[in-house]
Amino acid sequence: MRALKITAVLALVAAVLVGPAARAAEPVKIGFITSLSGPAGIIGKHMKDSVELALDHLGRKVGGLDVDMIYGDDQRKPDVGKQLADEMLKKHKVNFVSGIIWSNVMLAVAPTVTGAGTFMIGTNAGPHELAGKMCNELYFTTSWQNDQTPEAMGKYMQDQSINDVYVMAPNYAAGKDMVNGFKRYFKGRIVDEVYTKLGQQDYQAEISQLRGKNPKAVFVFYPGDMGIQFLKQYAQAGLRDQVPLYSVYTVDEISLPAVGEAALGNYETRYWSPDLKNEANARYVGDFKKKFGYTPSFYGAQSYDGILLIDSAIRAVKGDLSNKKGMTAAMRKADFKSTRGKFTYNVNHHPIQNFYLLRAVKASGGDVEMQIQKTVFENHKDAYSQECPMKW
Amino acid sequence: MNWLLVVEQCLNGLQFGVMLFLMAAGLTLVFGIMNLVNLAHGSLYMVGAYLATAALSWTSSFLAAAVFALAGTLLVGMLVEVIALRTLYERDHLDQVLATFGLILFFNEAVAIVWGRAALFTTVPRALAGHVELLPGIRYPAYRAVIILVGLAVALLLYVLVNHTRLGMLIRAGASNRTMVAALGVNIRLLYTVVFGFGAALAALGGLMAGPIYTVLPGMGEEILIQVFVVIVIGGIGSIRGALAGAVIVGMVDTLGRAFLKPMLSTVIGPSAADNAGPALASMLIYILMAAVLAFRPQGLFPAVRG
Repeated sequence: MRALKITAVLALVAAVLVGPAARAAEPVKIGFITSLSGPAGIIGKHMKDSVELALDHLGRKVGGLDVDMIYGDDQRKPDVGKQLADEMLKKHKVNFVSGIIWSNVMLAVAPTVTGAGTFMIGTNAGPHELAGKMCNELYFTTSWQNDQTPEAMGKYMQDQSINDVYVMAPNYAAGKDMVNGFKRYFKGRIVDEVYTKLGQQDYQAEISQLRGKNPKAVFVFYPGDMGIQFLKQYAQAGLRDQVPLYSVYTVDEISLPAVGEAALGNYETRYWSPDLKNEANARYVGDFKKKFGYTPSFYGAQSYDGILLIDSAIRAVKGDLSNKKGMTAAMRKADFKSTRGKFTYNVNHHPIQNFYLLRAVKASGGDVEMQIQKTVFENHKDAYSQECPMKW
Repeated sequence: MNWLLVVEQCLNGLQFGVMLFLMAAGLTLVFGIMNLVNLAHGSLYMVGAYLATAALSWTSSFLAAAVFALAGTLLVGMLVEVIALRTLYERDHLDQVLATFGLILFFNEAVAIVWGRAALFTTVPRALAGHVELLPGIRYPAYRAVIILVGLAVALLLYVLVNHTRLGMLIRAGASNRTMVAALGVNIRLLYTVVFGFGAALAALGGLMAGPIYTVLPGMGEEILIQVFVVIVIGGIGSIRGALAGAVIVGMVDTLGRAFLKPMLSTVIGPSAADNAGPALASMLIYILMAAVLAFRPQGLFPAVRG
């Protein structure tokens, strides 16, 4: 009897000891930082919904591991973003930090994350610093380097021999990058360059100034809520029919539902569009509309790609999250089905990819939507990769 | 720089100023009379904008939408006062800030749940969609001109209401000495509720007029609220006259700064330096002004007279 008891106890001890090892491996923890509240909250919603869709497509597992998603709201503030990153690193001990809409937030967050030896997978902001001298083994982006998209627009407007362009952008890291990128390929006359406050609501004063200068064309970068305000007020000022508007990150699936016809006919350049033809994109856009009932934006497509990139890295090291070298090597191959189609990574971990000219046109259903007109750049590299000291 | 552009920018400044005034008037009344710091005033502006947008989509009459939004926000304001704020009058300002900050979160989430996070689109009413020729050569958007007129009319109305009516007398008395007014048999609680509701309606008026030119989206109130606080500090806390003066000053300084600071700087320090300094300085101007007012005249330019 006594022996039986001891055996039972031993069996119990053994079960307890063996238990953890027999369970599945530790889950992968991914921190996702974006703007979820305030006027930019709509962008964050697009990104978060896309992350959730990516997880659905992966069967709620990333790289074969269970996944713990931790979402953080940076409120478009660099200091808040950095605090969130610190909390995710120290408290949650995340393996990856992803997301980030704003370049000024990214510049605060990325060095914190990579400095702690953790992967930073950017899914929107592409400040030039991180593509050049500050490039890092642990930093990847699934979006673009800021300058690339306006470079495409600059090229297009140059090819069209457009002159006397009035340039406007918000006064922060990405605003400057956008204008620099534009000017790298556009060599015509620029009437004036105007920078406005980040998050500004009323552009009437600037629009009055613009009208006073009588430009032949206007180039703007006003992402998210700023674009909605600007497009609306530009149309209300009666300028839409007088001075053609060319933009980057302004007329998109975030602003179109709100401004509709006020953006009709506008040109944009971009690396992706809902109507881009490839299998992964058709699945992403189709399932996204089915699940969430609205059209996804490039913010979402990049965030979806971010999760797939992480999935490809963990798969390559067979779930061994401590093998960071292995994961860096795997991610450099960009071995996943991206919504933009096949692309490669440059030495600075920024995509080499196509850029298209898009136009806001009336779809058959009556809604205004972005449609690809033509390819402006094929396999376009960013301008800062030579400054990046990484070799591979 | 031609003078027509200067006049147009002054109109823009005035339009922004009266918008700020509609917010500042309610906020300063509530602070002056009830001694309550109401951070959630921006939420009432947002509620006004949302109610107007919703009503516009049902009735497609801008006037009906305006009436609905004003009445609705008045009601919301009074409910908030009765449910949440009444207990806070005797507490210190930090408690009030915390509680009303909580209300901001509540209202932002509430509108996001009801109407979604995406921005709502409203257009300027058709009758006001065009331009008016104010002076030869100055074509100004009719809708913005109407905002200026409405704002100035409200200022006049408030002046008459506060200085020449019985309700205004009670409001002034309540601000001077609450206990005495209550002792004389005036229902001070009801008075507070009415004043708060009225302030809410003023915020809603600002919000519903802002809807068609700005964007109706969760959190829209906080963007303007910060500038409204600047207005109140500059104008003098608790004073409607101060709110009007402060609002017009802030509106003008901000707009003219954004328009003319860079060209002016570029003649002094060169165009490339002005490119960097101009926008940064323009967005700081109103705060520099506020700091100057606080340093030299901490009570504000037109402080409320207290008994």
